[in-house]
Amino acid sequence: MDLTHSPAEEEFRARLREWLAKVLPTLPPKPSPDDWPGRRAYDLGWQRMLYDAGYADVHWDASPTMRLIFLEETERAGAPYVGAGFVGLLHAGPTIAAEGTAEQRARWLPPILRGEEVWCQGFSEPDAGSDLAALRTRARRDGDEYVVTGSKIWTSHAEVADWCELLVRTDAEAPKHRGISWLAMPMDTPGVTVRPLRTLAGSTEFAEVFLDEVRVPVANRVGEENDGWRVTMVTLSFERGTAFVGEVVACRRALGEVAREARANGRWDDSVVRRRLGRLNAEFRTLWRLTQWNVSAAESSGGVPGVGGSVFKLRYSRARQELYDVAADVLGPDALDLGRGWVLDRLSSLSYTIAAGTSEIQRNIVGERILGLPKG
Amino acid sequence: MRFQLTEDQRALRDGVRGLLARRFGAEALRAAVDRPGLDRGLWRELGAAGFFSLCLSEAEGGVGLGLPEAVLVFEEAGRALLPGPLVATHLAAGEIPGAATGEVVVTAVGGGGLVEWLDEADVVVGEAGEAVELRSVDPLTPLHRVPGADSSVRPDDLFVLLTAAEQLGTAVRACEAAVQHARTREQFGRPVGAFQAVKHLCAELLVRVEVARAAVYAAAVTADPVDIAAARLLADEAAVRGARDCLQVHGGMGFTWEADVHLCLKRAWVRAERGGSITQSEELLAGELLIEAG
Repeated sequence: MDLTHSPAEEEFRARLREWLAKVLPTLPPKPSPDDWPGRRAYDLGWQRMLYDAGYADVHWDASPTMRLIFLEETERAGAPYVGAGFVGLLHAGPTIAAEGTAEQRARWLPPILRGEEVWCQGFSEPDAGSDLAALRTRARRDGDEYVVTGSKIWTSHAEVADWCELLVRTDAEAPKHRGISWLAMPMDTPGVTVRPLRTLAGSTEFAEVFLDEVRVPVANRVGEENDGWRVTMVTLSFERGTAFVGEVVACRRALGEVAREARANGRWDDSVVRRRLGRLNAEFRTLWRLTQWNVSAAESSGGVPGVGGSVFKLRYSRARQELYDVAADVLGPDALDLGRGWVLDRLSSLSYTIAAGTSEIQRNIVGERILGLPKG
Repeated sequence: MRFQLTEDQRALRDGVRGLLARRFGAEALRAAVDRPGLDRGLWRELGAAGFFSLCLSEAEGGVGLGLPEAVLVFEEAGRALLPGPLVATHLAAGEIPGAATGEVVVTAVGGGGLVEWLDEADVVVGEAGEAVELRSVDPLTPLHRVPGADSSVRPDDLFVLLTAAEQLGTAVRACEAAVQHARTREQFGRPVGAFQAVKHLCAELLVRVEVARAAVYAAAVTADPVDIAAARLLADEAAVRGARDCLQVHGGMGFTWEADVHLCLKRAWVRAERGGSITQSEELLAGELLIEAG
């Protein structure tokens, strides 16, 4: 067991730190949450800077430890989050890299890395959220095209996306896990309608997407026809395995800010508040250690993260909600003012036990796939 | 960074697990409950196997291993519910002659003035002159208490860390027992583990184990007092809540003396006291937030 880094890793860290210190002050001001064109431009602009500096493919090609260092340093420096590039960089990209043909990789991966194209995720449906495999969006084969009809929901970045990683049913007769295919759909195809959804935080983070006889080339299918469920599991293992790693560092930073605020406004004198902050410190320190553990495990087993991500997500999503509950306690009545820091974060954190597989689904995964308990 | 067990560490863990399975399996555990008392023969065997001298240098007659190895060994002791003042004797190995070999049993005055196994120990570290016997809740840990002991004294960090390692092991045992029961016990015509209410209890048992493991192993690598405080909090939680949830999964059977579940819970309670005041650990961690933030 070793937590020290190799000279090469430390050199990578030092170089990155130096670069961040140089470029972060040159960034334009952050756009407001509802300014989607602004957010797209800002997030892709940051990705382009990473590309020019040689850091674009850190999520794909660097060793897990290098990636961990990258996330640690960028978060610590307060660099922009991956944002609108999330689905491309962390879902579609890795999936295409693992399952796509040489042509598909050449077509889709470089624009993701250069910050030129935004992807969104067309997985969930109004009647198939947690039961993802119950999806009903149909794709009928017509020559060298699929004709897609149905609807998707909770589609993040749909308003500004160029591509959608779309799950469709290509065989209605097959058992529900077997008749699914994974398509890359251009969002400007005729028949695609995007209707933004307003979250409880008041912003439009995601949308409904309606698909009416949308024609998608068969060449855009990643993996075999009707093999989309397996391809999807590859995507989800990335999502659950590593997608939240950088946020642990952000939480540790936020926790320090809450402690400073408590000291400034006198709430620190309440031992109950201090003890809760202390416990959260134990929690986030340990979530970071668990991350290092999982990354080391992935490194020794060839890179693809496994079901251990579910263990992490269950604990992390709850801890993050608790963090903002304590922050609200520290703020007192100011926690009712949307103009104050952390109040929007508190509202947003309510999605963490739901998004990317609810906590209940994660417990089923842990119970059945790790502990080997029988299916219900 | 290679935050995984090395091959040697794996071999050490498996070796200790094998030794304890042979010498202190399920039957020996129940026999110990029926006939309380320290098994001196087993104690010497542990000594001969290097259990107490693990961290002593070879020049001192030890094995020359480090804290991570000690933590793995104590995790196995916790998993086996091995009784006795193991941590105190281990920590005394370089100081008190005979402790390293298991010839001498050492106990210590711990958190809240509690002393374990006072009547059976050969040497007591700390002042235990006025100690009063308690009717210990744990049938395998006789307890005394020193009246008026200063409860604000924080136990030694190594004492806390090795105790946390034992808690981790007991949490692992509780998780294994819960899963084993949930797989085999049938109600309404199927294994109870097929019901989400039970499955989710088991899943949370494992989540707490894995979180505690990351904390305890990391604290063993860094030996940092704040890491140790975090490890202690999470390992206590994993062991105490784990044993309670394991009891719940066992249903009515779990409430009986015959089931081993209560032994996990009672030992976890004893060790949670041994780690000193929980508030102190939490305050240490809270204070560090301001230091780190500047």
